[in-house]
Amino acid sequence: MTLAQRGRRVTLVGLALLAGVYVRALVYTPVELHQGPAQKIFYVHVPAAWSAMLAMGLVGLTSILYLLVKDPRYDRFAAASAEVGTAFSLVMLTTGPIWAKPIWGTWWTWDARLTLTLFLFFIFLGYLLLRGAVGEAGLRARYSAVLGICGLVLLPFIHLSVYLFRTLHPQPIVLKPSAPSLPGSMLATLLLSFGVFTVLYLGFVMQRYAIGDGGGGGGDAGSA
Amino acid sequence: MLSAEGLTHAFGSPPVRALDGISFRLESGRTLAVFGPNGAGKTTLLKVLAGLIRPQAGHAHVQGGRRAIGWIGHQSHLYSHLTVRENLLFWASLYGVPEPQRGARADDLMQRLGLGDRATQPVAALSRGLVQRAAIARALVHEPGVLLLDEPFTGLDLAAAGEFRRLIAELARGGRAVVLATHNVDEGVELATEIAFLHRGRFVEVAPRGARGPAEIAAAYRRAVAGG
Amino acid sequence: MAELLRHAWAIARKDLLLEFRTRTAILSAAVFTALVLVVFNFGRDPTAVPTLTIAPSILWVTFSFAGMVALNRAFQLELENQALDGLLLAPMSRYSLYLGKLAANLVFVAAVETIGLFLFALFFDVPIWRVLEPLVGVIALATVGFIAVGTLFSAMVIRTRFAELMLPVLLLPFLIPPLVWAVQATGALLAARPLSEVTGSLKLLAAYDIVFVALATFLFPATVEQ
Repeated sequence: MTLAQRGRRVTLVGLALLAGVYVRALVYTPVELHQGPAQKIFYVHVPAAWSAMLAMGLVGLTSILYLLVKDPRYDRFAAASAEVGTAFSLVMLTTGPIWAKPIWGTWWTWDARLTLTLFLFFIFLGYLLLRGAVGEAGLRARYSAVLGICGLVLLPFIHLSVYLFRTLHPQPIVLKPSAPSLPGSMLATLLLSFGVFTVLYLGFVMQRYAIGDGGGGGGDAGSA
Repeated sequence: MLSAEGLTHAFGSPPVRALDGISFRLESGRTLAVFGPNGAGKTTLLKVLAGLIRPQAGHAHVQGGRRAIGWIGHQSHLYSHLTVRENLLFWASLYGVPEPQRGARADDLMQRLGLGDRATQPVAALSRGLVQRAAIARALVHEPGVLLLDEPFTGLDLAAAGEFRRLIAELARGGRAVVLATHNVDEGVELATEIAFLHRGRFVEVAPRGARGPAEIAAAYRRAVAGG
Repeated sequence: MAELLRHAWAIARKDLLLEFRTRTAILSAAVFTALVLVVFNFGRDPTAVPTLTIAPSILWVTFSFAGMVALNRAFQLELENQALDGLLLAPMSRYSLYLGKLAANLVFVAAVETIGLFLFALFFDVPIWRVLEPLVGVIALATVGFIAVGTLFSAMVIRTRFAELMLPVLLLPFLIPPLVWAVQATGALLAARPLSEVTGSLKLLAAYDIVFVALATFLFPATVEQ
C-alpha cells in the first residue's frame, strides 16, 4: 500500500471518529449552563488550534533537522505540515468568531490567544508564499527552513506581547496547575476530540507528503 | 599547488551529477585548461576547488587554503560606485593584507595593469576592457598562489582577450598554479600546459599538452565531447 | 573573534561608503519618512483624538515603514557584478558578513530615524526633549531586533520573485512584539510617567534583541551557502 493510500485510510478513520465525537458531543454530553449549544463548537475549535500548533512545532523541528543533515525528506515534511497547519488555522479562525458572536457579542476581538492564532496563520501563509517564490529546490528548502525556525521562535514573543493586554478569552481549562475545571463528560469529549484531530493531522500530512514535490512553481534543476 | 581526489557532487532532486569522480594534481607554474560544453560542470568544479561548494564525496586541497586563491570570472565582483582604488583596498582588507601594505599593493597593481590614471574613477565609468583589468587587479591584490579562471574571456573583444592571455601567461610563469575553465578551445589553448576535457562531470581526458597544436587539440575535444 | 569583527567592520564600512557615494537610498528613505508623517497628519481627525494619544502609534508605524524601505537595499547592492560571490570566496566567516550587513543597516536606519524623530516632534508638537534619552534607548532597543530579522530575510528575498513584496509579508509578523512594547514604552514616556513603568517593556525588548540577533546570526550561513 502506498503512503498516499495509507494517508487516505488514516484520514477516513479520523473523519469517522470525528463524526463519533460529534454524536457524543451533541447527544451524550450535557449542554453548558451559560453558553448553551454554542459551546458545542468548542470540540472543533480547540482541537483545531491544537493541530495547528502541532503543525507549527513540527515545521520548526523538521526545519532544524533539514539544516543539520540536508535530507530533502525533512523539507518535504515541513512543507506538508505547513499546508495542513494552514488549513487547521483557518478552521480555528472561522469557528472562533462563530462562537464569539453569540457569547462575547462580537465577531472579532484582539484578545491574546486570538491574536496569537492569527499570527500563526500569517506565519504559515508567509512560509507557503516564500516556497512559491523560490524556483530552485535546494534554495527553497534552505530558505523555508530558516523562516520555519524563526516563525517557531517568534510565537512565544507574540504571545508575550499580546498577553499584557487584558484578555477576554476563556482561561485554559485542561492544562492548568489546578485540576481541570470542566465536568467529567465534557472533558472526556474534549480529550477525545484532541485525539481525533491528531489523527486527522497525521492523515492529511501523509497524503500531502506522498504527492508533494515540496511546493513551488519552478523546476528542480540544480545550478551547474 | 592544488589537487583534487574523487570530487563528486550532485544538484537537485532527483540528483543530477555535476561532478563525477574528478581527480588531478597541478604543480605551481603550470596551467590546466579545462574545456567543456555549457553544463559540463566547469563552474561547479572551480567552486569546489575554491571551497565555495563542499563536495558530497572526495576532497580538494589548495596549498595555502582559501587565502591563497584568486578568482576571475566573467563577473568583476567590483562595486560600480566605488573607485578602482577603493575596491582594491576593500578586497585587500578582506583577504588580510596588512593595512600599511594595502595602498602600495593597490597602486603597484594598477600601474602594472595600466590603470594608473584611473585609480580615482568609479568603476562604473570604465570601459568593459578596463573593468576586466580592474577585476584582475582585484583577484591579485592578496598575491594568490593559485588562480581560478571561470570563462574569463566572456565579453572581451579580441584585443582585450589577447592582452588578458599575455597577462595570465606572465602570472603562470611567476610560479602560480592556474586553472582555466572555458567552453572555447581557441581561447585557452595557448596558455595551457595541461589539458582536460570535461564532459558530464567527468574528465574524459587529462594530459600534458606536449607538442600538440591548437587544431589537434580542438579535434580531440570534439571527439571527446561527442563520444562521452 | 577579533578576525570576525575586523571583517564585519570592513563590510559595514564598505556599505556605508557606497551609501555615502550614491546617497539615493538614504535621501529616498528620509523623504519617504517625512511623507508618511505628513500622511498621518491628514489621515486623522485632530478634533476627535488628541495628538498625544496617537503619537506613539504615529512614530512607530512610521519607523516600521522606514525600516522596511531601508532593508531592501542591503543585499541588493551585492547583486551588482555578483559582488556577493566575491564575498563568499573571501577567507571570511559568514557570520562576519551578516554582522557587517546588520551594522550598516543599523547605521542607515538610525540616520533615517533621527530625521524622522525630529520631524515627528516638529509636525505634531510632541514634547520629546525632556524624555529624549530614555526615548532614544527605546528606539534603539526596538530597532535592533527588527533589523536583525530583516537583514536575515533580505538576504533571502533578493533571490525570490516579487522581492519587494515578499520582504514585508515575511517580516511584518516579526515586527509585532517590538512594536507593541515600543508603543507602550513611548506612550508612558510621552505621558511623563515614571521611568519605572517602562523598564518592563525595555527588558522584553532586550530579550527579543538577544534572541533574534543570535538566531539570525546562526541561521544566516544557510541563506548564502551553495
